[in-house]
Amino acid sequence: MRAYLVRRFIFMVVGWWLLSVVVFIVIQLPPGDFLTNYIAGQEQAGTFLEREEIESLKLYYGLDRTPIEQYFYWAGRFVVGDLGRSFGSWRAAEQPVTKILAEVLPFTIILSTLALIFTFAVAIPIGIYSATHQYRPGDYFFTAVGFIGLAVPNFMLALLMMYMLFKYFDITAGGLFSPEYALADWSIEKVIDMLQHLIVPVVVLGTAGTAGTMRVMRGVLLDELGKQYVITARARGVSERKLLFKYPVRLALNPIVSSTAYILPGIFGGNAIVAIVLSLPMTGPVLLTALRAQDMFLAGSIVMVEGALVIFGTFLSDILLALVDPRIRQERAAAA
Amino acid sequence: MTEEQATVVAPESSAPTDEDVILELNDVRTYFELDEGTLKAVDGVSFNIRRNETLGIVGESGCGKSVTGQSILRIVPKPGDTQGNIWLRRNGETVDLASLDPSGREIRDVRGRDIAMIFQEPMTAFSPVHSVGNQIMEAILVHENVPKQAARDRAIEVLSQVGIPEAERRVDALPHELSGGMRQRAMIAMALVLRPKLLIADEPTTALDVTIQAQILRLMQDLQKEMGMSIMFITHNLGVIANMADQMVVMYLGRVVEQGSVEAIFGDPQHPYTQALMESIPRIGLTRGERLTSIAGTVPVPLNPPEECGFSSRCPKFIPGRCDAKVPDMLETSPGHHVRCVLYE
Repeated sequence: MRAYLVRRFIFMVVGWWLLSVVVFIVIQLPPGDFLTNYIAGQEQAGTFLEREEIESLKLYYGLDRTPIEQYFYWAGRFVVGDLGRSFGSWRAAEQPVTKILAEVLPFTIILSTLALIFTFAVAIPIGIYSATHQYRPGDYFFTAVGFIGLAVPNFMLALLMMYMLFKYFDITAGGLFSPEYALADWSIEKVIDMLQHLIVPVVVLGTAGTAGTMRVMRGVLLDELGKQYVITARARGVSERKLLFKYPVRLALNPIVSSTAYILPGIFGGNAIVAIVLSLPMTGPVLLTALRAQDMFLAGSIVMVEGALVIFGTFLSDILLALVDPRIRQERAAAA
Repeated sequence: MTEEQATVVAPESSAPTDEDVILELNDVRTYFELDEGTLKAVDGVSFNIRRNETLGIVGESGCGKSVTGQSILRIVPKPGDTQGNIWLRRNGETVDLASLDPSGREIRDVRGRDIAMIFQEPMTAFSPVHSVGNQIMEAILVHENVPKQAARDRAIEVLSQVGIPEAERRVDALPHELSGGMRQRAMIAMALVLRPKLLIADEPTTALDVTIQAQILRLMQDLQKEMGMSIMFITHNLGVIANMADQMVVMYLGRVVEQGSVEAIFGDPQHPYTQALMESIPRIGLTRGERLTSIAGTVPVPLNPPEECGFSSRCPKFIPGRCDAKVPDMLETSPGHHVRCVLYE
């Protein structure tokens, strides 16, 4: 088990390193160096920079060095938490990237985690139900709902839910707080208000992965249900319910756990439009504007942080997988 | 007409009166309603099993042997449905297993405790993520209210009883850590841990290599003597039947075509299908270069089968107008020896 964990940890670190190289290349991709773009942008806006100012910026970004040196310079500063400066694509203010991320990242992480939990909490029970009631009305119903869920775009669902909530429950779903709490101090009421506002984004972001996860759970479980070890267990008098949850469900969770790594990027990627529609402080809109304005430090940092989180999520799912399946523990330990 | 024959022929018999008969099947029919029609996997099977007796069930693949075994425990896969009577003598009374709810409490009580089953595939018979011991202990804990430690001790005991060395250590082994033969032994241990009265063995040695096969068969015989149980041995291997069984049932296309003692049937196989099976056994003393006879054709799929002798399509002694006119009756040709063929009418 320890050898397995060490191996997965090394994979994670290597993954992060490869990601950083890709991100650095992305930052360098736009024609000309970003300082030139920045200066041009400033000039368009009517601000002319002093020569010393340009020189100091050049020094700060290490533009006088070779690309490889620049990479290490950038990566070194990244590790200690200096992510560079945004050129003002977000809220039109030139500010450190960390400051922008502090605004949007925690909320994005919380919401993404909740959306992931929502996905599993909805998809796994439905998958189990569908598999145990294959080709019965309930199975057809959930299959149909699942495919509709897959086909309806996120933002559409967000708009619909906002409309419904407002019309029938008189709840405004946009934003993080109701107007009266937005500037108020933290209180129980404010937390409840925030949780109410979280429901819509969690549901909207979560449903995207739900249909797929549901189908995977159903398919794998159907496969497992017919296996000999299930019949053997039934033949020794184990009840159907215990039989279902002790054996096939546990084995069917295996691919679900490992697919977390695929669901997470979907949630991160899907948040741009939803965040715009629901006016939420998330990374999606920031990344979008940063890319359009070629604000490469901001865009690169978001890609880097979210990518690193996905890799970390994969690492967590690897640990979880080893806990669920003793074979993985052993085989990987033997291979390591 | 003997009493035994009456139970075989008459469809509406009541519970068996013979104390020695622990299980009696009476006109058992297991049909699968499919989109393509009705698949009659088991079509009117009647036989009984006596205390401490081994009953061999033979036939080619697809003739309903395994489904018969599954029907007894009511673990036939969907959409199979079992009709008829399956009388089991337990605690001094008889229950009709065919009348029970297949997922109900009563049949679950019977499974594992009164009737246990072992299967062909030792590779897949255990859950890959639970230890062998866990699954053996489960068999105990489902039926008896005993502490976990006691169940574990018994699991270790039964594992060593089936000849698994270092049972204290192996009890925690995952299935993939055991060899095929060891796994089959573990499966037998799991089946026998509650000392059932009847063990249904569905091709228990087919997936094993020949030397291991012999070991497992020997083990089953020893345990049968030790524990005093009946065995229903399902196989396509007539050699195994000759070794293991007292009574035998030959099945073809969901029906019993011949039944009687092993001596009687091997000595005088009467149904053309039984004769063909016997001719296809390789034996020492067969003249060199002589080809082993095989039965022409394959077992048809019993989807909406016509009312005729199921073997008529492959039978070398086929009589048009008689064999395809109706399903032949079961006839007693000598005491205890029954055959379902128009040749003996």
